[in-house]
Amino acid sequence: MSRPLGFRTLREIVLPLGRMAVFVVGAGAVFSALMFVLALLSRGSGADKLLISTQGVNIVTYTLVNLPQVLIDGVTLGFVYAAIALGYTMVYGVLEFINFAHSEIFAIGAFAGVEFLIAMDKLGVLKSAGPMGSYLYLTMALVISMAAAGGIAMLIERTAYRPLRDAPRLVPLISAIGVSFALQDVIRLVESLTTGQFYRVIPTFGNFDARLPLFSFQTGQSSTLVDIQIKSIVVIGAAVLMLVLLNFIVNATRIGKAIRSVAQDRNTAALMGIGVNAIISFTFLLGGALGGAAGLLYALKFTRIDPFVGFMPGIKAFTAAVLGGIGNLTGALLGGIILGMLESFAGAYLGTFTMGAFGSEYKDIIAFLVLIVFIIFRPSGLLGEQVAQKA
Amino acid sequence: MKMNVRGSARSLVKFLNEGRNPYIVSSVLLAIGTVLVYVSPRSIPAFLLFAVAASLAYFLDMKKWVKLGLAVLIAVVIVPILGARNIFYLEVIFQISVFAALALGLNIVVGFSGLLNFGYMAFYAVGAYLWGFFGSQQPYLLQAIPGTAPPGTRFFLAPDWFYLFIFLGVIVAAIVGLVMGLPVLRVRGDYLAIITLGCGEIIRQLANNLDKPVNLTNGPQGITPIQRPTLPKELLAFFNRLFEPLVGHEVTGSQFYDIMFYLIAVIVVVVVIVVTARLEDSKIGRAWAAIREDELAATAMGIPANRLKLGAFAVGASFAGAMGVLFAASRTFVSPESFTFLQSVGVLTMVILGGIGSISGVIIGAAVVTILNLQVLQSFSLFLAQLRQSDAVIPLINFHWKDLSNQIDPSKYQRLLFGIILILMMIYRPAGILPAARRKRELKAGSEGIAADEDAPEEASAGAKGSDHE
Repeated sequence: MSRPLGFRTLREIVLPLGRMAVFVVGAGAVFSALMFVLALLSRGSGADKLLISTQGVNIVTYTLVNLPQVLIDGVTLGFVYAAIALGYTMVYGVLEFINFAHSEIFAIGAFAGVEFLIAMDKLGVLKSAGPMGSYLYLTMALVISMAAAGGIAMLIERTAYRPLRDAPRLVPLISAIGVSFALQDVIRLVESLTTGQFYRVIPTFGNFDARLPLFSFQTGQSSTLVDIQIKSIVVIGAAVLMLVLLNFIVNATRIGKAIRSVAQDRNTAALMGIGVNAIISFTFLLGGALGGAAGLLYALKFTRIDPFVGFMPGIKAFTAAVLGGIGNLTGALLGGIILGMLESFAGAYLGTFTMGAFGSEYKDIIAFLVLIVFIIFRPSGLLGEQVAQKA
Repeated sequence: MKMNVRGSARSLVKFLNEGRNPYIVSSVLLAIGTVLVYVSPRSIPAFLLFAVAASLAYFLDMKKWVKLGLAVLIAVVIVPILGARNIFYLEVIFQISVFAALALGLNIVVGFSGLLNFGYMAFYAVGAYLWGFFGSQQPYLLQAIPGTAPPGTRFFLAPDWFYLFIFLGVIVAAIVGLVMGLPVLRVRGDYLAIITLGCGEIIRQLANNLDKPVNLTNGPQGITPIQRPTLPKELLAFFNRLFEPLVGHEVTGSQFYDIMFYLIAVIVVVVVIVVTARLEDSKIGRAWAAIREDELAATAMGIPANRLKLGAFAVGASFAGAMGVLFAASRTFVSPESFTFLQSVGVLTMVILGGIGSISGVIIGAAVVTILNLQVLQSFSLFLAQLRQSDAVIPLINFHWKDLSNQIDPSKYQRLLFGIILILMMIYRPAGILPAARRKRELKAGSEGIAADEDAPEEASAGAKGSDHE
């Protein structure tokens, strides 16, 4: 038992890391290649002429110069989406229902962590903390986010979903929408009771806003510096760590085995002596904790959060889960990365290529279109198996 | 204890329906309500009493023509007079009518054919933007930057095209409904719900972003001014001649607009109710019910499920389209803000609160949610605002009301209201306040079945789960 366990531990750590690398590099390569072809095709178009007259570069150079930065942003966003998407996909795997309130669990995580950091900032310890200290505080905030979000997720399951477990499928979905709406206003109420405002801004601390230069390259006369914000590295690093941990829990531990068995067949799992209710609670805890951590990482990246912050990332993460194949952990990762890339590419290039007719505000519409097209034409997603459709 | 309450309620209902009692009770209550609202136009309890009296008349056992007569009396005489004394009531009742029509439309999709639609406000938006575009100066501003209408721009159409556009709204919204319903050909259940959410959001985002390359919607600022139909002067004079002594002052043109829009909304709602009721009792309605209960079996019986499901989307959408046109004209303003996911869920809340599939239930649901929204929450907001200005202190914890944050404004907490209603209804009363007759029978049969299986709970839940997977 001891040798296989060691081997398995290693395998379950290396394998997902490998998958992530493949997904990131693969998605990045595919998107870059597509963009490059698109740029080549639109040489001589109106957009090209506009670029040459305003910025003095042709469209192909413009695309290539911006590419590294767009890729970095896409990967950062993709990992945030992946972390949220895992919450949707795990719950769907176990209960076969869309936990619509997951976006508010994400928001709760964000608020819990940010409130902790604000409190530390008020105490004055945040500013005086050294570089190591700031990471320590961020870790503490992450833990608080995860605990708050995971706890709330369990509570929601216990109160709003468990009584409806055997009801027709649309009943828990409507209940979940109700929870989602109620939570948005509860967050708003709590936040505006304590101060006059219902939004929060994460305090600036540590060196997270600094930019780490990666490399620079020469295009004609001008040179372009490609750099990465420290917080992007933190976001990616934390997300990778958590995804590996989750993968390990689900695939290499006893409780993970129990989760998988409940997902496969709840009744048989109960007959085998598995406490189904406890396992479902634990699934919500895991998914909620991941979502909460993603919330804090999101707040770190975008600085300002409000009670409705979860809606769009939530929908997009759900899109990511469907894209990858809902119920499939690896699929959620792949879907998240693809969607992050898609959004970052659309945000960067859509405006330029359509000469400002369709700006980056259409990136949400693109995400929705991806969702609709996938649900209609390939509901099992990219990696999911063909499953019978459920009424 | 519970039996006692139920028993006394039952005997009360029996007493109310005995002999001539219903006629006496409803006319007396209605008279009291009317007088109270007439005397103190700003009192909310008086209005609530009036609303309860009006709806009680519907539920008591009376001859049909008496009920009809009462309804016409209330709608055409009492409410306009009371409304002219306090315009706010007209606003409330107008909104109740608008939302009742919307909820009835959504009820066709969700209640009759069992397809969840989270993007229902999109159809309302289509109707509103239809008249918003053609009933304003917008067609002349296609190349203008939003908000920079050159002075002296003419309106595109004459104001009385409005009446035609109500019908156009029905047609265009039905077409959009058909397109948005296309996914039902392949998708069911919760995935369909998510798709409709996506479609609804796409339409809202388009309304938000289509101010370039061609300025169709004026972007987030919305389109204003939108024309209202011309005021029928003779009708206003007639109304004043008849009711001026009762109202207490002369009704001005802008007040009469409110009465007019209220009347148009009531007419649309009546048409919608008749159409819905006839549809429910028709072959189509029964086919929808069959699809809702078991699509496979329905198809096996020869019901063209796809066509009927698309039809449900189209019919449901058409009601919203008509109301959208009316909404745009009455507000003279449309913007994407009015058509968010929040609003869609609000309409869904009305349907679910009232009773999925039950026409009177859905109307009651619309009335309850709208009154909660417009009156109860808002008066609570006012109350808090007054407290904030006073020097009052909560004794034990020594909290000064004036320190209460300005952000705490109950009228802005609709989400909490909708959310709590949805959760509680799903857990405790999934069939709604006034369940549809068919559903009531089903639930009764269902609970008896569970009672019979009580000594084999595992089996019962396994069966329930199995039936989910069909």
